[in-house]
Amino acid sequence: MLQIMEGSHAVAEAAKLCRPEVVSAYPITPQTHIVERLADFVADGELDAEYICVESELSALSVCLGSSAAGSRVYSATSSQGLMLMAEVVFNVAGMRQPIIMSIANRALGAPLSIWNDQQDSISLRDAGWFQLYGEDVQEMTDQHFIAYKAAEQHDVLLPGFVCFDGFILSHTYEPVDIPTQEEIDAFLPPYVPYNKLDAKAPISMGMYATPDYYMEFRYETDQALQRAGDAISAAGKEFGEMFGRDYSGHTESYRMDDADVAFVALGSICGTVKDAIDEMRADGIKAGLVKIRTFRPFPSKELAKALAGVSKVAVLEKNISLGSTMKGAVGPEVKDAVTGTAIDVYSYVIGLGGRDIRKKDIRGIANLAEKGVGNMFYGLRTEVL
Amino acid sequence: MALRIGCAAAPGRARDNKTGSWRVYMPVVDMEKCILCGNCILICPETAVSQKDDEILFDLDFCKGCGVCARECPGEAITMIQEEK
Amino acid sequence: MVDKSLELFDCGHRACGGCGPAMLARLMLKGTGDDVIVVASTGCMEVFSTPYPETAWKVPWIHSLFENAAAVASGVEASLKHNNRTEKVVCICGDGATFDIGMLCISGAFERGHDITYICYDNEAYMNTGIQRSGATPYDASTTTSPPGKMSMGNSLPKKDLPQILNAHGASYVATASVAYPMDVMKKVEKAVNTPGACYLQVHTPCSTGWGFDGAKTIEIGKQAIECGLWVNYEMENGEFVKAKKVRRVPVDGYLKAQKRFRHLFRPKPVTEEIAKIQAIADANAAKYGIDIELNE
Repeated sequence: MLQIMEGSHAVAEAAKLCRPEVVSAYPITPQTHIVERLADFVADGELDAEYICVESELSALSVCLGSSAAGSRVYSATSSQGLMLMAEVVFNVAGMRQPIIMSIANRALGAPLSIWNDQQDSISLRDAGWFQLYGEDVQEMTDQHFIAYKAAEQHDVLLPGFVCFDGFILSHTYEPVDIPTQEEIDAFLPPYVPYNKLDAKAPISMGMYATPDYYMEFRYETDQALQRAGDAISAAGKEFGEMFGRDYSGHTESYRMDDADVAFVALGSICGTVKDAIDEMRADGIKAGLVKIRTFRPFPSKELAKALAGVSKVAVLEKNISLGSTMKGAVGPEVKDAVTGTAIDVYSYVIGLGGRDIRKKDIRGIANLAEKGVGNMFYGLRTEVL
Repeated sequence: MALRIGCAAAPGRARDNKTGSWRVYMPVVDMEKCILCGNCILICPETAVSQKDDEILFDLDFCKGCGVCARECPGEAITMIQEEK
Repeated sequence: MVDKSLELFDCGHRACGGCGPAMLARLMLKGTGDDVIVVASTGCMEVFSTPYPETAWKVPWIHSLFENAAAVASGVEASLKHNNRTEKVVCICGDGATFDIGMLCISGAFERGHDITYICYDNEAYMNTGIQRSGATPYDASTTTSPPGKMSMGNSLPKKDLPQILNAHGASYVATASVAYPMDVMKKVEKAVNTPGACYLQVHTPCSTGWGFDGAKTIEIGKQAIECGLWVNYEMENGEFVKAKKVRRVPVDGYLKAQKRFRHLFRPKPVTEEIAKIQAIADANAAKYGIDIELNE
């Protein structure tokens, strides 16, 4: 049944339905409405979980790590600076192979301080070993939580995951959303069965250090597991589709790509604007299309290459800046790598940083630049203040 | 041997590392002087001292020869002697 | 009751000969028993006891990072509580992890009052990285980052009073101990793990490598620290001072002279002004904790 619900509250509902035993988070805009709602659930007895109010994000994820290692399903959420403060733990959790799911209400990173949206926070942690899912709308980001837990906890995966969605644009927007029932989610997501667990009845040491004789192999195994996470996400997305009618088996989703000449590649809420812009461009005879990336880690190179086959230009819309890099955005080089050996030209366009609005005419402007072979640049700078 | 996920391991393997090879001086106990107080057993950082019946035993696979047992023996029953290797 | 025969810390670890922290690892586990989960910080003990796959720990043990053991332990405890499990949760962390980099997580855990016992093995410097000063390093001690020189007499700051800081957090039980008194260590560990709420135990663990003495003298040095009043073994319960170990105090000179880290105070000739300052620290400890045995006692 569709309900009109704020994005953050829908995410909190999703987290609750996954039955975490421990929730630990530290408040940060724009993640706060999620953790406030979860605190309400615990206070009202709707969620039987230990809700640990911590003094920092460093502790938030560390508490989750401890609980996960002791065998509990856990949940956290953060944004921006909070993610950066917990960055050391983020890498650690992946190496320790704990299937923790954390929502990221995407927000810009300081300096300068900005509470507004871009995707610099999660994109900056692309090498941490977590899978990363990006939602386009409230329904998708809600559903991705169920899929994330299911994929993460597979014993051939055992990796943590981010479910990312644009701060304010999605976290604070009311949309119609279908929230599954507890019975439905219980049928989809079975109780967590740990692989390694702290237990006095069967002692093990977890998080030992690796000498040069072992370190590389552990890193290799984590990479292999992350590749397998791609399959697990796809399988869980397919199963979810069969149960709920919303299929997420694809790591990408194509829009009007059949005969497209210029393709956009984008992540998150911007895709809605892009689709509208494409419809207008199509009406004007411009053959534009969109490939939305839903799973950014592991990077879906093969799927992307297939989706982009036949286009001549690709414009990657980047809500991040890889400072000092040639293409400017961090996603572009990976898209370019995916189509290596083809005649497709790939350009990055850094847009919408720190909450800057992205309008349909901007999308159209970028298509024009891509057609002319101009790219790897900031788009929409206010040159009058430079 | 396959790696255990998450750099985890079950107990037991520390014993693969025979730290007795570090030793220069070896503890020798004079049971005439020993009062079986158990102090050496309690303080050995290597868990390398034990008592069997009325004997104090040093596990030379692991004893590093630090000499803390000899130094702290209330009856001065333990001496450290240079080991022939 | 403590079972002294319980051996939960295995042979084959890579600590230096006569290692104070290694002694503590054994004593601690005798105090906790085997129904325990140990959370370690990065540091000497973590490194000497757990190169993959050679763990010396026969109880469940987890290490995440340098600074977050108290938070990881909080999470372990929350999970155990949720599932009605019986294991005790014990942190074992060095002084750098405790006095310095871990303060944020420790403060949070003690404020929340998790049912955990946090044990600091205090060897008074960052030993694992090569003997750099920490907030636990005593006044005038030479470390690689507080070297004596023409303009320096070694570490210029006094040791941070962490037990009092955690006492102020409302810890149920705060105590100090020394591996020089093994029975006392075991008893205090046993008491801490059986006291509900967050408990803190700070254990003096002399480090032959870092302090500069023969490994055979680890316990001797520990005893000297107590006999001169530079280390005080005491207990606090629910914010109230309970008792301290009393001694017939001797001057600090003997303790200082026995260690290379204080050698610059005596060579080429005694720096009486600095030694007097250290004696004043011992005197202040004695007055604060009432450790002097009076003649009529």
